[in-house]
Amino acid sequence: MAKTIFDRSKAGRRGYRFSPVPSGRPEGIPGEYLRTRPALLPEVGEAEVVRHYTALSVLNHHVDKDFYPLGSCTMKYNPKMNEDIAANPAFSGIHPEQDDEDVQGALEVMHTLEHKLSIICGMDAFSLQGVAGAHGEMLGMMLARRYFDERGEARSKVLVPDTAHGTNPASVHLAGFTAHTIKSGADGGVDLDVLRDALDGDTAVLMLTVPNTLGLFERRIIDIIDCAHRHGALCYMDGANLNALLGRARPGDMGFDIIHINLHKTFSTPHGGGGPGAGPVGVKRALAHLLPFPRVELDAGTYRLVDGVSTGVRSIHSFYGNFAICLRALAYLERVGGEGLARISAAANLNANYLAKAVSDLFPIPYGTRCMHEFVASGQDLKQACGVRTLDVAKRLLDFGIHAPTIYFPLVVPEALMVEPTETESKETLDRFVAVMKQIVAEAKENPGLLAGAPYSCPVRRLDEVSANRQPVVAAPLQ
Amino acid sequence: MKPEDMRFTKEHEWVAVNDDASEAAVGITDYAAGELGDIVYIELPKEGAHVRCMQPMGTIEAVKTVADLYSPLSGVVSAVNKNLENSPEIVNKSPFGDGWFVRIRIADAGELDRLMNYTAYRAMIGKE
Repeated sequence: MAKTIFDRSKAGRRGYRFSPVPSGRPEGIPGEYLRTRPALLPEVGEAEVVRHYTALSVLNHHVDKDFYPLGSCTMKYNPKMNEDIAANPAFSGIHPEQDDEDVQGALEVMHTLEHKLSIICGMDAFSLQGVAGAHGEMLGMMLARRYFDERGEARSKVLVPDTAHGTNPASVHLAGFTAHTIKSGADGGVDLDVLRDALDGDTAVLMLTVPNTLGLFERRIIDIIDCAHRHGALCYMDGANLNALLGRARPGDMGFDIIHINLHKTFSTPHGGGGPGAGPVGVKRALAHLLPFPRVELDAGTYRLVDGVSTGVRSIHSFYGNFAICLRALAYLERVGGEGLARISAAANLNANYLAKAVSDLFPIPYGTRCMHEFVASGQDLKQACGVRTLDVAKRLLDFGIHAPTIYFPLVVPEALMVEPTETESKETLDRFVAVMKQIVAEAKENPGLLAGAPYSCPVRRLDEVSANRQPVVAAPLQ
Repeated sequence: MKPEDMRFTKEHEWVAVNDDASEAAVGITDYAAGELGDIVYIELPKEGAHVRCMQPMGTIEAVKTVADLYSPLSGVVSAVNKNLENSPEIVNKSPFGDGWFVRIRIADAGELDRLMNYTAYRAMIGKE
């Protein structure tokens, strides 16, 4: 392992010298909060600090380094212009407690973004408060809960297909519903007969991921939604895969009542490593009054951050979500424009279809090579032929400087490899991925042991995932 | 009991029924344990819990995935394998023996007829 910044520390070394601090107790700070000994800080020069962070920045894999086809996560390249705008002191220097008149620009950003997202998704109102995809899901489910409370209906079931995002059942549970998995049909979509059997007067919500995690659009979406509505259920769309639909089809037009989207996936704000993200939630008019406060309203030419107590869901986050992430998303939207949105989905779907076709010679794709923004290949044949698992293939990819696809999900595909190339990758990058996969398959046949030991070139070798799960050590002492 | 004498579900559970068909031990097959890989945590129902045929009664967490554990029969949980709490790897080592999950007091013996025999199960997983 590389040296830590503390390993590099040398007593007395400084990058900058500051003028001496006056002795005695600083004014206004109670004694109990004052240090009794100096803070444990590394003592290093500026060059060492810069080299330390530069070295750290390449230890991990990230989109600024190389290809990151992690299925379902939309790890596309994020234009640096978004960062420049978010770093503008006119935005980064403001505080949410300032008077509305002082922060008209920031309020306009949020109001405009809400409006644009409503148009893109075909919904009537948006809340930007959710700070992650799953946070948005939770808000969406809580809205459904309040919707039925208000109508005096005690419904308990939420139907979730087995090709939905893994976080969906957890959000359902948090809102006090029970998740019921419905099995997909042979084509990978919702089986209308199975759905009809599962729907009843106790069903609160049908929760769909569109396109689903197999990268397939629900061809019978109108019938599916109609079927749920006829039972009085709401239809929720997990919009994490919205980059496949941008500028082409709108969830609201399909009949969805609630949707969450992931700004950090579809709208090009940084993500990975735990955030910060943003999971705005859009609703149809019948649910708009249930959205939490604060809300941004335009009142006679002045934007207001209006506080209040919703009859629906109370606040789920301090202030109004992750503002800087919303700002980046709006910067991205303004730059690509309406036509640009359709080009994004075209490129996302074309890249995935090109890659699916090329990869299918090496790894079969059980649900077909005609997909939307992602596809799921199977490593089952390779496992049976030479004992090499999908996990080994994924680890070997790291040696070629490519992030592994999502593996072993969804469960409907054995030894699953879920690949999402995203719209920002060139044909050359896709071709390189195929060439690497070809080489890995050749290695698997000639020398399966090589793959079992991969990776060889990463900062750490194969991790002991079993011990990490059975005896996790989640706190490490600083010294 | 040998696997040849057990009954099986499509969800890869085995059921070992006692002589008078009043009680059954339940576990998952060697095939299921192999597919899941290293099991790291198992959540089982409590003793005395009512379980329903083909409804989830617990979860099995492996390194690569989390799977629902379905009850193959309706009835009341009469015993739980407490060793699995701290040593879930027993299931990988001995799926048909020490890795049993629960015993169920059978409410409806008729449900046993819906289970597969060993030959049919092996055929289903393509091992025959």
